[in-house]
Amino acid sequence: MHFLFKTSYRQDTRLFRHNGQRFWYGLLLAGVLLVPFAVGDFYLGELALVFIYAIAGIGLMLLVGYTGMVSLGHAAFLAIGAYAHTWFLQLGWPLPLALFKATVITALVGAVVGLPAMRMTGIYLAIATLAFAVIVEQVIVHWESVTGGFRGIGVPEPMLFGADLGTPVAFYFLCLALLLLCLLLALNILRSPTGRAMTAVRDSEISAQSMGIHLARTKSLSFALSAGFTGLAGGLLAHQLGYLAPEAFTLLLSIQLLLMVVVGGLGSLHGVVFGALFIGLLPQVIAMARDLLPPAIGHTPGLEPGIFGLILILFLIYEPLGLYGRWLKIRQYFALFPLYRKSTFRRQKHFLRTERMR
Amino acid sequence: MELLQLLISGLSQGCVYGLIALGFVLIYKATEMVNFAQGDLMMLGAFLAYSFINLAGMPFGWGLLCAIAAMASLGVLLERIVLRPMIGEPPFAVLMITIGLGFVLRAGAGAVWGNEPRSIISPLAGGVVRLGELSIGYENLAIIGGTALLCLALFGFFRFTRLGIAMQAASQNQLAAFYCGIPVKRVFSIVWAMSAAIAAVAGVLLAPITLVDPMMGFVGIKAFAAAIVGGFGSFKGAMAGGLLIGVVEQLAGLYLPTGFSDTSAYLILLLMLFARPEGLFATMQRKKV
Repeated sequence: MHFLFKTSYRQDTRLFRHNGQRFWYGLLLAGVLLVPFAVGDFYLGELALVFIYAIAGIGLMLLVGYTGMVSLGHAAFLAIGAYAHTWFLQLGWPLPLALFKATVITALVGAVVGLPAMRMTGIYLAIATLAFAVIVEQVIVHWESVTGGFRGIGVPEPMLFGADLGTPVAFYFLCLALLLLCLLLALNILRSPTGRAMTAVRDSEISAQSMGIHLARTKSLSFALSAGFTGLAGGLLAHQLGYLAPEAFTLLLSIQLLLMVVVGGLGSLHGVVFGALFIGLLPQVIAMARDLLPPAIGHTPGLEPGIFGLILILFLIYEPLGLYGRWLKIRQYFALFPLYRKSTFRRQKHFLRTERMR
Repeated sequence: MELLQLLISGLSQGCVYGLIALGFVLIYKATEMVNFAQGDLMMLGAFLAYSFINLAGMPFGWGLLCAIAAMASLGVLLERIVLRPMIGEPPFAVLMITIGLGFVLRAGAGAVWGNEPRSIISPLAGGVVRLGELSIGYENLAIIGGTALLCLALFGFFRFTRLGIAMQAASQNQLAAFYCGIPVKRVFSIVWAMSAAIAAVAGVLLAPITLVDPMMGFVGIKAFAAAIVGGFGSFKGAMAGGLLIGVVEQLAGLYLPTGFSDTSAYLILLLMLFARPEGLFATMQRKKV
């Protein structure tokens, strides 16, 4: 077991709590930096996609895991970020500024969506975001001058100071750098009073209001931040896809993002990374497994969403804390060996009391 | 005249939405869970009816009854396996699990029956009733009639029977319902069986219009919007919401530029959520202290 003996306030605010964490995360960073030299272009592309999903997942986790508001329409923010980024690139803006402007625009749209969303709870908010996503899809299809409608638009190669960042290795490092930046940003937000306010809103709105937290401002800020992160991921996704079309941003993508957040583990940024790895690498695993399954199951077109659904159901029933939760349990088992108890992680059951009569 | 014809087709389309919305509202009213897989249950009901009527050669009425019975037992099975572990979990988890269930059902239907659209051999096919210049298909009449009947039946069931009142009690305060001796888990199973049976009827009524294929369940999303517009938790609200959305969709297709007819359901939904989140027939009340 590890006991941390704190001798200064500085230790409370540091990013890593002790040298052990520094060592392991440093090792992980070294590994991630060295991966391009060991792995081919295809897997580098897949890993870049994993990083992009992770950035979008940070956004969604801020909203769902930390503020408790479910959004079924986050693919719409990805779409807005992607199209805005492409639009600015076509206008001639350099890559960092175009990404930044896409992020800001998506964040503003998120704030606008978040304003009426404050009045809605739970399921109504989920449906409102779903409706928003459908409407955004229609707007994309009909706003031909900016988005090219059904035909879509090609995305220019990412160039930074003359260097082409579109090569697999360079794009991998670009996505990795932005993911690290976003993770640091998210960690800082969550440590600050803003982040604590969001967690307070998730746990109990009434208690949060009694503590003096401005509910409306926190919720719309959370929406805006979430949309901003997702917009940044959308800009990168535009480069990854190469060609933008409305069919790339469907309800299935929103559900995949939600699946990533749930499977990874709600309420932690580690969960985002776990979930992104899961979502990014699952299609490859399914593709490999297709040949092993009998033809009737293996070759149906709906196999991938079906397996997503099955995994979602299994995780929600048997592993509600997600992959990160499972890792915490394993770590706790070894840390407390042989005194580990399953009930440490058991969630309390709440019997239903209706929301309809208060 | 065209307007009236559009109105009629809007009404029948609206009744379809209303029928699926009835299934949503039934589950919500009795268990306060939202079932995103209702559209896919409808699709499964239609496929089962197709198997019984087309493949096994049963007459229409018997095939429909067998499909309803099969779906009811499937509903109980699903409730036991997937939903019962979710009693006591936050509503978000239940929502996600029903979304996952929807995906699994769609993939399963695609694997078992294939993805080409099929149609059920039905005695109502093709017949048309003419009132002056209007023509209403037999299928549309069957939809409108069936929906009205079901709505009345469900309303009467929840108002006047003991089981219906027990279901409402279980949805309002589970612990108190347990204390009063209501077998809450068995009530849940019955609710899911009823909802799946209604979904089967909806599927068979809808099959002549949108042929039977695994993607048929996407109508469920619009039906969901209809349920929310009408007020989640009231049957007449579900019907009213469905009819409203059905009629507005048809009129939007005629009077507004393209693209609006697809999104009109969602625009109405968003408007309703901004202006009056409880819906047309609100079931949310606040105690005045």
